[in-house]
Order: sequence, then structure tokens, then C-alpha cells
Amino acid sequence: MKSVLNYFKEIFSALRSLWGGMRVTGSYFLRPGQIVTQKYPENRKQLKMYDAFKGEVSMPHDENNQHKCTGCGICQINCPNGSIEVISKKITTEDGKTERIIDKHIYHLSMCTFCELCIKTCPSDALAWGQDFEHAVFNKSKLTKQLNQAGSTLKKVVKNNTPANDTIKANSNLENKQTNN
Amino acid sequence: MSFSIYDFTSLTQSVDQALKNSLSPTWALIIEMVIVGLIFLMFYALLGLFLVYAERKICAFIQNRLGPNRVGPLGLFQTIADLIKLLMKELIYIKQADKLLFNLAPFIVIIASFMAIAAIPFAKGLHAIDLNIGIFYIMAVSSLGVVGILLAGWSSNSKYSLIGAMRSGAQIISYELSVGLSLLSIVIFSGTMQISGIVESQADAWWIIKGHIPAIIAFLIFLIASTAETNRGPFDLAEAESELTAGFHTEYSGIKFAFFFLAEYMNMFIVAAIATTVFLGGWMPFHIPGLLSFNTVMDYIPPVVWFMGKTAFIIFIMMWFKWTFPRLRIDQLLKLEWKYLLPLNLINILVIAFVVLMGWYLH
Amino acid sequence: MEEVIKDIIIKENEDYIINMGPQHPSTHGVLRFEVCLVGETVKYLIPHCGYIHRGIEKMCEKDTYQQIIHLTDRMDYLSAHINNEAVCLCVENALQVQVPERVVYIRTILSELSRIASHQLWWAAFGMDMGALTTFFYGLRDREKILDIFEESFGSRLLHSFNTPGGLMHDIHPNFQNGIKEFIKYFRKKLPEYDQLLTNNVIFKERSIGLGVLSKEDAISFGITGPSGRASGFACDIRKRFPYSAYDKVQFNEILFNEGDTFHRYKARIEEMKESMNILEQLVDNIPAGDYTAKLKPIIKLPVGEYYQRVEAARGELGVYIISDGNKNPLRVKFRTPNFSNLFIMNKLAAGSKIADLVAISGSLDLVIPDIDR
Repeated sequence: MKSVLNYFKEIFSALRSLWGGMRVTGSYFLRPGQIVTQKYPENRKQLKMYDAFKGEVSMPHDENNQHKCTGCGICQINCPNGSIEVISKKITTEDGKTERIIDKHIYHLSMCTFCELCIKTCPSDALAWGQDFEHAVFNKSKLTKQLNQAGSTLKKVVKNNTPANDTIKANSNLENKQTNN
Repeated sequence: MSFSIYDFTSLTQSVDQALKNSLSPTWALIIEMVIVGLIFLMFYALLGLFLVYAERKICAFIQNRLGPNRVGPLGLFQTIADLIKLLMKELIYIKQADKLLFNLAPFIVIIASFMAIAAIPFAKGLHAIDLNIGIFYIMAVSSLGVVGILLAGWSSNSKYSLIGAMRSGAQIISYELSVGLSLLSIVIFSGTMQISGIVESQADAWWIIKGHIPAIIAFLIFLIASTAETNRGPFDLAEAESELTAGFHTEYSGIKFAFFFLAEYMNMFIVAAIATTVFLGGWMPFHIPGLLSFNTVMDYIPPVVWFMGKTAFIIFIMMWFKWTFPRLRIDQLLKLEWKYLLPLNLINILVIAFVVLMGWYLH
Repeated sequence: MEEVIKDIIIKENEDYIINMGPQHPSTHGVLRFEVCLVGETVKYLIPHCGYIHRGIEKMCEKDTYQQIIHLTDRMDYLSAHINNEAVCLCVENALQVQVPERVVYIRTILSELSRIASHQLWWAAFGMDMGALTTFFYGLRDREKILDIFEESFGSRLLHSFNTPGGLMHDIHPNFQNGIKEFIKYFRKKLPEYDQLLTNNVIFKERSIGLGVLSKEDAISFGITGPSGRASGFACDIRKRFPYSAYDKVQFNEILFNEGDTFHRYKARIEEMKESMNILEQLVDNIPAGDYTAKLKPIIKLPVGEYYQRVEAARGELGVYIISDGNKNPLRVKFRTPNFSNLFIMNKLAAGSKIADLVAISGSLDLVIPDIDR
């Protein structure tokens, strides 16, 4: 007799547990306001990425088409995947000095792992994260980008950094020389 | 009872008469068959497309998603786009497959579901055939689909397919019993196996209300067993995506796969239509005995709307639990049938026989 | 390992062998199980790994210690932060550097957030293995909330190489603490739904209780750590046994069960999510002010020697073993990853059960394939 009772008890507890699950899904079905997905290309205008968002490595240029990159190559050394190639050239300034400036700062987005080391170690804060995330292209070669714009020049900055940062930069410069040797 | 405004009997009879007057009886019969066949084919295709869309939309809403929304308004033409895609896809040639059976299997599945639809009355006088053993016919025909599934699994010459097909065989053979017995309980109530007779017997109130507790138990058992018979979740062991990749139709592609896909949805519709006809009064409007004015208002809603509405409700429930529950294991599936559904069903039939004998149901 | 298993298993020509994977919905990646079936029942199975081997340990040898961090992200990508932390702790201990308290607290918070996020994804995928597709979307929906917190502070959602030897890459976002508090409030409300959908569900219980029982002895001898090991009564929580970061400052329970079946491996993870939220609540308001990094030289050179650091990753014990010869690159790096050990119990657990059980067991061990192959 007891086993018969247990048999029916089992059935009822089973039905109750099933109903519990159906209540959860049913309640979501009746509340379309809970939908979390978005219509993506339509809401492109409203989409705002977080400030820290790592879209791609970019080199900010100001209104005079000037950037801060000196072409020291520290980013290239620190990049673990060889995503950055710094090609510099020598020019002669008006006062007769020979100076090394950046010719091409090439960035291979296809190889980048977004580890942030280039941006963190850049002694002149020339690199920053870009917010663009629509990277899909049909041709792989389009993922190789030149970060410095055509005709851009180096911005002369007045140095007012904290001493701590200065030591890091000095060390980085040292490292640069060591590796070049 | 004022069903006369929506009675299709006179319409179909006049068409029949006109054809018989102008042609020889054999030709008239052939033309009638062709007309009915074409109508059902159209209905079948449209309904299949709509059900796929409905399923995708319902599961999306359950899962906090938007669902298809690209093609057409609210994504309504998404399934049509899918169909075009499936039609244009390559039919992958399986080297080791048994070619004849491999190509035959999708047709067997689709024909089986096509045959069952013939006996379902959509409104008074609106059905292809009204056999005096209609319930028996539906039970017999709806279990034919498993032959197609077994053939598909066997002829693909793939191990996954074979396991899926064998699971499906074991599943359908056992759940066939419960489906039959739960339908039988209403046959006891109504005293007829003719489907139009069963519907007529619910003119005052539906069996699920008239038959109270035993009828509700029979209804629940039918719902569970028929879901298992259509190979839908939580009983989709024959497909079992996470275990067998796609089960019996792993090797199918293009339009042959679409046939299996369509047949699944049509089987779901047929099962829901049977449940509607047998338990929820078919095309009969909702009546509360005694409230005359309410009943007349209900009568003015066309019976086709009633029928489709109830069917849609049952289809919704089936989709609802498909998207809620985890899948059963094969031994649990069989345990559920032989240890729970079948004994309960047998006891239920005894109770119903007793209830009918004593006249303890509402009438 | 494979050779050892093959020795035990006697293959016959008539065996009905199917390959689950490398591309199969249930293996969550490119893992291959060579399964021998007798009808529906599994006779034996041989795991084949190596399909996603990238040579991370070898790659580490050419990198500086800062550059190693981003590679560890790609091992167990679901608990990327914890992997980063393990390497950082190892390097810091070798250098005998004291990192600021702020860093310690933030790292602990991030570890726990990663753990919750990882378990949420596991719950989602486990439900899907069981055939309940809706759980997948609910799990991912809740995980998004954590990923949003991550993205706000570090800019990336999954592989945030946010740690660096000595501290963090940069400071956290001002909204960080509020975000976590909101998440805890939100997730406490959603957890009962998890119970209603799976934990209490009769089908789920039937399928998981008493399935794939792992004894404590086996857990120890196979090195099954993490929630899978603790469900068998193996008290292996590194956070409790060998506290690191801020774990000695917080009160929390080590989730232990003795049953060791699939259901209790499931339960251990659900309970661990609750415990992680408790830890978060204790820490989130007490982040001390200060620097976000210790002052280290840009070129880190570890003293000659061997260093080992273990942490509790989301799936078990993660060990980092570094041999240094005094250069800026390590001489040898070895990762003791939890999933590699957890994988090879599969044959023992799944032999004799059904195909569906095999999927459930491998789901309950929560395997992340790139962590196995590295």
C-alpha cells in the first residue's frame, strides 16, 4: 500500500518540478520587455562603447595632423606577436641636424592579441585604443594598417611627467639601445 | 444549435453533385481526389512554413531573444528564405549509402504525415474522408512515419544515424500504446470511433470538461505520448543534437533534409489537431450549459477559427515544454512509458468505463 | 597518458566505435573521444587531445615575463584573469616584491568574478548538453553582466590581459564597485531560476543523480581538483589550503560533498557561485586606496632558480612552474592545468553508462579544451 502511495507521490512531485521550470520560461515568454538582444546594424548610432574598450591600436592625431610618435620602436620590441613594425627615416632639419623620425608605423590587426603592452610602454603616449570594432574585411591585407596619417608631423610636447614615469621611460630607452646592439 | 451558417456539408455536396452530373463517376472521383490533394498540399506547405516561424519566434521569446527579424516585417518571410536556401543547396551524395532507400525515406515520412491529415475535420463537413473508424485510421497511419525514420537511419550507413533510428524505433513502438489507449478512453466516452461522431458528441461541452478528472489524465497522457511520437523535445532522442549530432538525418542535406524538418512540424500539427478533435471539442465552440446568450455569441465565431485556435494553443504548449526541459535518456524514456504512463492509462480506462457505466460524467 | 589507457583497454576488431569529436556539439571544442559502444552502452572510451595545441609553454620561453601574461589568457579562456594572476604571483614571489594592497584586493575580486562568469557559462552549456537549450541563453544573459563590468574597467570582455607582474595595467573604473554590487543583487534574484530550470527538475535529477560516481581515492590519484574533486570529498581548494592574494582576509566555506556523482559536481558549482558572491561582498567595499602597481624595472629578470605558484582556477588547481637562468626570458615554463588531469578520468566514469550519460559526465567535468592542449 505504501509503495502505491509513494508511486503517486513521485508522480505529483515530478509534475510539480516540471511546472516550476515551465513557469520560469512561460513568464519570460509573457514579458518581451526582458529581451536582451539588440537589432545591431539599426542601433549603430546609439551604440556607445566603454571608454576603455580595446577596439584596435590607434595613433591619435590632433587638428594640425600631428602625432606624438617619435619612432623609438619600443612598441615593436614589446609586442609579443610582431604586430607592430616601425619604419623610421632620417631627415635633415632646417638647422642642419640629422633627425630620426617615423616614416611608417605599421600595425597588423590580424596578429594583434590586444595585450596592451605597446600602449602601456610607449614613452611618449603616442598610442591609444581606438573604439572601432567593425573589423570584418574581405581581404586579409586590409587588416594591415598604417597608423600615422599621410603628411603628419611630430608634435613637440613640453615634458611635465612624474619622476616615476620618467625612470620607466629612461629604462625603456636603455632597453631599446641594448636590443639594437 | 445554429451551426448552419458555417456548415460546409452543402457546399462540398453541391461540388460533388456538379462533378458527378458532368462526368462519369470514376472521373469525378479522380478529380475530387486531385482537388483535395492540391488543397492539402498547399495547406501543408503554408502551415509548415508558418509553424517553423512560430517555433523560432516562441523559443526566441522564451530565451529573451528577438528571434528572426530580418526578412520581411517581423521576420515573417524568414522561413520562405530558408526554404529557398534549402532548395538550392547541394544534395550531398553519400558513397556508401543504400541509394534507393536513402532517397525513399524522406518521402515515406512525409507521406505518412500527409495521410493522417486527411481524416481531420476542420469544420462541419470540411474533411477529406469521414471513416467510421477514423480514430483507428489516424493511429495506424501516424505510426507509419517511423518506417521512414528507420530507413533513413539504416540506409545512410552512418553510425550516428543508425543509433538515432534505433532509438526512434524503440520510442515510437512503446509510445504508440499510450497514444492509442488515451484516445480509446474518449472512444469509451463518446461511444464511437467516427471522428465526426466524436466531435458531435461534444456539442454541449468538450470531453475534457464533461469527462472531468479521467479525461484530463487521458489528455495529459496523450500530450506526453504524442510528443514522444513526433520525436520532439524533451523526447527528441532520435535527433539528440548534443549526443548524436543530428541522429537519423545526419547525412541528409538540402531538400531531403527539409522534408524531415517539415514532417516534424506537420506531425506536431496533426497531433495537436487530434488532441483538439478528441479532447477539446474539435471545431465546436465553447459552450457553458445554461448560458444561452453566451453560447449564441460563441456560435458566431467560425468553427475553423475555433479549430485552429485550439490547435495553436496545444502546439504552443508543446513548444513551451520543448524549450524548457532537458532531454530524457533512452532507458528513462522507456521507463516513463512502461512504468508510469501505461499502468496509469490502463487504470484510467477502467475508471472511465466505470464512470460511463454509472453515468457520472456531465451530460 | 594515451598509451597507458590503451594498454588497459583491449580493442577488438568487431567493436562498434564512433568518434565523438573533434567536431561534435557536446565536446565544447576540438576534443575527440573514441567511444566503443555496445548498443547504447559505452564499453570504453579513449580521449584524444592535441587538436588545439599551440605550444604555449614553448612560446613562453621566448617572451619576457610581461609578454607571457597574454598567452596564459588563451589557455583556460573562461578564467583568463586567474591564469594571469598565477603567473604574476609566481614572478612577484620570485622577485620578492610586495604588491600594493589595492592590487591584491582587486585581483581577488576579479578572480571571483571570473569564477562566477565561468560557472555561469558552464551552467549554460551543461543544460545544453542535457538537451535543455533555454538554459544556454539564460546563463549567457547573466554572464553578460559580469562581462560588462570587465569591459568597463579593462576594455575587453573575455581575454583581458589586465594583470602584469607587479600589479595591474591601469586603475579600475570608478563605477567598478557599484557595478559589482548591482550584479550581486541581480544574480541573487536569478539563481532561484537556475534551480527551477535544472536543479529541481525531475528529468535532470533522474539523469544526474548517481551517475558517473567518482570516489575520493580516484579523485586524489587522478588529480581531479576544483569543484569536480570537491564533489567527491577531496578538500583541494587552494584558496583555503594555501591562501594567496586576499583569501586569508575573507570568510568563506569550502564546498565539499561526499557523493561524487554528476549531480553533486553540478551542485558544487552552483554553491560555489553563491560562495563567490559572499567573498565579493566582503571585499568590494574595502578596496584600499593606493597605487595600482608596484614599481618594477621594465625588464624583469628572475633570480636563477625554480619557482612554483598554485592558484585555484575555476576548474581546479592551476600550477605555474618557471625555471629561470637569470635572463629576461624564462628557461622553461610549465603549466599544471586542471583540465588535463580532469579529462583522463572520463574512461573510468563513463564506461558502462549510456551515450547520453557520457555527454552529461563530460559536461559535469567542465572541460575547456584549449586548457588541455595548451
